[in-house]
Amino acid sequence: MDAEDVRRALTRIAHEILERNHGAGNIALVGILTRGVPIAERLAQTIQRIESTPVAVGRLDIGLYRDDYAHRPTVPIAPSAIPFDVTGKQIILTDDVLFTGRTVRAALSALLDIGRPASIQLATLIDRGHRELPIRPDYVGKNVPTARQEHVRVLLQEVDGEDRVVLRKPSG
Amino acid sequence: MRHLLTLRETSESDIRFLLDTATALKEILQRPVKKVPTLRGRAMVTCFYENSTRTRTSFEMAAKIMSAEAINIAVAQSSVAKGESLKDTVRTLQALQADCLVVRHPSSGAAHFIASQVRIPVVNAGDGRHEHPTQGLLDLFTIRQIKGELQGLEVAIVGDIAHSRVARSNIWGLTRMGARVRLVGPRTLLPADVDRLPVQVYTDLRSGLEGVDVVNVLRLQTERMEKGLLPSLREYSRLFGISVQSLRVARPDVLVLHPGPMNRGVEISDEVADGACGVRSAVEEQVTNGVAVRMAVLYLLMGGGGMSGQD
Repeated sequence: MDAEDVRRALTRIAHEILERNHGAGNIALVGILTRGVPIAERLAQTIQRIESTPVAVGRLDIGLYRDDYAHRPTVPIAPSAIPFDVTGKQIILTDDVLFTGRTVRAALSALLDIGRPASIQLATLIDRGHRELPIRPDYVGKNVPTARQEHVRVLLQEVDGEDRVVLRKPSG
Repeated sequence: MRHLLTLRETSESDIRFLLDTATALKEILQRPVKKVPTLRGRAMVTCFYENSTRTRTSFEMAAKIMSAEAINIAVAQSSVAKGESLKDTVRTLQALQADCLVVRHPSSGAAHFIASQVRIPVVNAGDGRHEHPTQGLLDLFTIRQIKGELQGLEVAIVGDIAHSRVARSNIWGLTRMGARVRLVGPRTLLPADVDRLPVQVYTDLRSGLEGVDVVNVLRLQTERMEKGLLPSLREYSRLFGISVQSLRVARPDVLVLHPGPMNRGVEISDEVADGACGVRSAVEEQVTNGVAVRMAVLYLLMGGGGMSGQD
């Protein structure tokens, strides 16, 4: 995917979100750090352009909710910032790549610790399959069939200086 | 990082990691439900050979918020009273499958000794007059939170420095992070090795506070009075008490810290303690920040792949 493809995918997702939720009235976006955040911000801007309604955006660090910390070194924790009450809202959770589903599981636990949203929907730029948990996305930019060992890397302007999605074969 | 024994031996990057993590974790304290599952299944044992309310409670809160078990050994009712050695006590706690030991002991160096006897992480919660690293970290955290950064700040530590482990942890932590430290107090309450510390020494309060950004007021340990180190509380208060008046020579936005418990009217006036008359006092914030900092310490030592630390 190149920058234009990413832009079109996000524009379509913004429309789908509005269609499904009957407007932007009660929705709020929450991006999973790191690359879920710029995706949430872009979706919010697009929605605002379409509906002329401002949409709240939050950021969520899921480091404290991982299920694999026994096997990994201690990871730095970034501050979560959800500047609105999630209770009663339709929350659109965003991430760059959906893979095993474990990150989303952690994000759901983190969100539910903060409040009780009316619903949580999941938007992802790439769905690469290989789920290990019963989690499915509500909005997908692109389905990319992959082998388990391959790497999918999403590059975003805000973090990486360019918009691009690259699929890399396992090295060696 | 395997243990937290002193700030003297803690690197700048570890201090920065702890302060940044504490900043992120502090948000949890503002939630309606103050609990994250991060340290589920881990057990922290606190073992205090000296009195403490706030430090012990703060560690206990920190552990519980992170979902670790918090077990306190009441030393007076333990086998210590039967004459068990420190070494045997801590080995027993390790054998009981504690994942982390938090220890306070009246002897300087006790924390290092304990760390040499066990395989699990040890946190020094105060050893004699040596160090109290989590108090040092929470002071650094509070200053950074309010002043934005530590680099280049002028910090005065005022009072009974000789007997203060808080002062030592502050000195090492602050200078490591690029702040300048002044020690201000009567000659009898300055440590014997003051020449070897990276500080400037003032025995006059007025010159010691001139132009400082932060004043960290130490508790006057009145039990020392009996040893003839001070003529009277009243005289101490007149010469070294921090009041709205004595703060006039400091910077207008001077920040006042005190590790508690405070002797109001002795080392600190009521107005300063309560942040009245335009004084910026952070005494209560320090207590709250102490929980966030200890959460970060427990996360670093007990989280992740155990002792592998950060990469």
